[in-house]
Amino acid sequence: MPRKFVEKLDKLSSKSAVKYGVYLTAVVLFFALILVPPILGIVIKWETMQEIFGNSELLTRALNAVSNSFVVAVAVSALDVAAGIPMAWLIARSRSRWANVLDTLADVPFIVPTAVLGYSLLLFWYNPKTVSEIFWGSLVSPGIFLVALLHFTFSYPVVVRVIVGALLDYKIEYEQAARTLGAPPFTTARTVTLGIIKPSLIAAFILAFARSISETGATMMVAGAFENGPIFIQNTKDTYVGATVFVSLTLIVISCLIFAMVRVLGGRLKLPIKGAWPTIERKISYSKAVSARNSVTLFIFFVIVLVPSLFAALPAFEALFTDIFPKALSSAYPWDSYWQSLVLSYSLGATVTFLNILIGLPMAIIVARKRLGSLSPILNTLIDIPIIVPSVALGVSLRFFWKETVAFISEDWLLIFAHLAITYPYFVRSMAAAIERISLELEEASRTLGAKPLCVFRTIVFPLTKYSMFSGAIMVFTRSVSETGATLAVAQRKTAPVVLVEWVKGKVAVSPLEIGLGCGFLILISFIILLTLRLIVRGKGRY
Amino acid sequence: MPDVRLVNVTKRFGKIVAVDNVSLHIKDKEYFSILGPSGCGKTTLLRLIAGLIEPDEGEIYIGDRLVNDVPPEDRDIGFVFQTFALFPHMNAWENVTYGPRVKGFDVKKAERIGHEVLEMVRLHERLDAFPHELSGGMMQRIAVARALAAGAKLLLLDEPLGHLDAKVRNELRYEIRRMAKDLELTAIHVTHDQSEAMAISDRIAVMKKGKVLQVGTPQELYMNPKSIFVAHFIGGANFLEGFIADVTDKTATIELRGGLKIQAVNKGLNKGERVVLAVRPEVFTIKRGERRGTNSISGVVERIAFEGTNLRYEVRLENQDLIVVVTPSLSCEWFNMGEKITVSFQPENAHLFAYPEVGMREELAVE
Repeated sequence: MPRKFVEKLDKLSSKSAVKYGVYLTAVVLFFALILVPPILGIVIKWETMQEIFGNSELLTRALNAVSNSFVVAVAVSALDVAAGIPMAWLIARSRSRWANVLDTLADVPFIVPTAVLGYSLLLFWYNPKTVSEIFWGSLVSPGIFLVALLHFTFSYPVVVRVIVGALLDYKIEYEQAARTLGAPPFTTARTVTLGIIKPSLIAAFILAFARSISETGATMMVAGAFENGPIFIQNTKDTYVGATVFVSLTLIVISCLIFAMVRVLGGRLKLPIKGAWPTIERKISYSKAVSARNSVTLFIFFVIVLVPSLFAALPAFEALFTDIFPKALSSAYPWDSYWQSLVLSYSLGATVTFLNILIGLPMAIIVARKRLGSLSPILNTLIDIPIIVPSVALGVSLRFFWKETVAFISEDWLLIFAHLAITYPYFVRSMAAAIERISLELEEASRTLGAKPLCVFRTIVFPLTKYSMFSGAIMVFTRSVSETGATLAVAQRKTAPVVLVEWVKGKVAVSPLEIGLGCGFLILISFIILLTLRLIVRGKGRY
Repeated sequence: MPDVRLVNVTKRFGKIVAVDNVSLHIKDKEYFSILGPSGCGKTTLLRLIAGLIEPDEGEIYIGDRLVNDVPPEDRDIGFVFQTFALFPHMNAWENVTYGPRVKGFDVKKAERIGHEVLEMVRLHERLDAFPHELSGGMMQRIAVARALAAGAKLLLLDEPLGHLDAKVRNELRYEIRRMAKDLELTAIHVTHDQSEAMAISDRIAVMKKGKVLQVGTPQELYMNPKSIFVAHFIGGANFLEGFIADVTDKTATIELRGGLKIQAVNKGLNKGERVVLAVRPEVFTIKRGERRGTNSISGVVERIAFEGTNLRYEVRLENQDLIVVVTPSLSCEWFNMGEKITVSFQPENAHLFAYPEVGMREELAVE
């Protein structure tokens, strides 16, 4: 950028009108694009809900679907946190070189698009010809258990990542103090470490919970006849608008209630730190018990999470050596729509990422540095709302809102708005956290040395947070590429995961090898992204 | 009872030898300090005793028990951290009774101990307070109370006063010593502050670069340092470089720069050897004008600082060496900048060392 231009911008930024103009724009855009439409969309369709109360069969089906969603979400999130703690411990505390490898591997299911994950799990647990063959048939049939397995798998990496972060930030001296006071390792972990990182455990639970309530595409693949909230919406959105509105609203309200409860009660919830059982706890603290625990942890990770996640790579590999591969590259039917959907997915992802940086960054600064006084903490809470709104419900609601207000709005914009609303909280959260980690003194020092506000950002904040921004961007991008529920709800155009869901559901005549190859391309791209991320973050990214 | 013995203990971190073949014997009920500059391995040594890290070589005994393979929770120690490490999610009472609880004491006993130790540190009225609600001094006292409540007879303190204000630090150091003595504990106190170590210790071990240079009472270390570094680190000294011009039975005559001749007590060094003479700033007497006499050197006052109790002069000697002289500000004559004076000292008040092989700069380096 020409230097004079930058200097001019720097100067402009010291005018408070300009500064607050930027912040205000960010806040207005947040309300106008992200927070209000999903809520209003449902409100304006309020009256259609009457239809469901007259139809008791539909009402029972809807209520069943909602309760299924919450049962699965609560169970899966609790199990994820329980399984994530020992894994995170292994990664954060082990001095072995393998811990690093494990760390990278734990990210894999996160980066694999969930639709691929769904197909992969279907192959691994259900397909009678693969692993299940050894066990005389199918291990797990499509239905609630396979849905639970799927949700467990895609939330696992997120939960582990959050807990590892908490363990790395945590002052090890607390543990050492407890040890010198006579507590064996298990007691120490239970009474001290977990007590101190409790907020992170709650955050991990909430993330897993929100993902489980929202996920649609992969869930459809593995659900069979089973119906939870998102699948119900998907099944009825074109026939019973009232039922869709009813379920969306119920999911949103109950989710909000549960989050409020977890937030309030979570703070008060005392982990069992009062009592101590010295004899038993000593027994489970040392070598044999520890290696048993680690073995179970690793078994769960490899057999339930990692291998099933990547299982779709097998048929993809197989397909490479058949005539399917040249057919796919020549984009003959049905591959033409596959490639189109891929282009749409990735360009959508890129657009949404760009928009997030543009409107999310000022918001992250507002939240992290409390730039708008007492408004900042309120914004801080509001930002999370799109996370807890199930993404299908969000999509349905957005469609209602925009179709009613701006009837001629194009599908592309609907897609962008939906994906923006879903990814925005993730980006703002991670950026705000990164900015909070920079000591305010650095910014103040820069100001006292004569830097204008924008110059402070350019020369201090940005260089120190660019790696977080990069990983935040990757997260947004990946999430957007994986998103299925809201996409199905707002648009007829098909993104890559939507196409895969149709293939798996048999709506298009394709062979298993073709589905495998379709998944394979997505996995490959995901891995390239993961490796780039790792390479870049491994650089001088940590200060 | 808990005496602590270290036998040839070595601990490496990668290529760095943090503790290098250290042997020590800390007696029962002794208040023992480990003193040294930062990075000398003193904290590592303490953590080895606590069992927070394991030695690569050597043996550690607490009482008669070899504790190399004993985890920290079974060593019956109390450890006070520099940052206090009070559990942030527990209040003062829960922190203090943590030890008795996890050791499985019955509730009544745990509570009785809790009340006792809080009484001892005079913080009984704050038992509901969480760590972030307490001042630094209070946190420190809670940390000590917590360490004592577990019933330990061996108290390990890692720079326990490092995070406190100077005033609080000076008060608390005597309080900790008094408590350790009242409870008949063995205490091992790690610090980089020589005045703190001197004020409270029965004995001190001075460490540098992973090695123990000298162990002794504060008086022994001050009166009879065995190395240039100890003379420098404990009390401080002027170092005059020269060589031995002549040796008689008990006296060595040293020729300094510029041909100045000085007498010192000989400690088995030979004629012609390169030496360093350490003379503490407070052993000099200053007289006005140029005077002759044993160990009298004339010079000029270059700088004066009034430090309250003392006056500190920087004096340029006639051979151009710069020395520091400290005199009590009340009972002595004052001298002016630029004034010609003569400094002198008794030969038995100076300490003679062979010139260090590594050079003076390296020998005195504290980092």
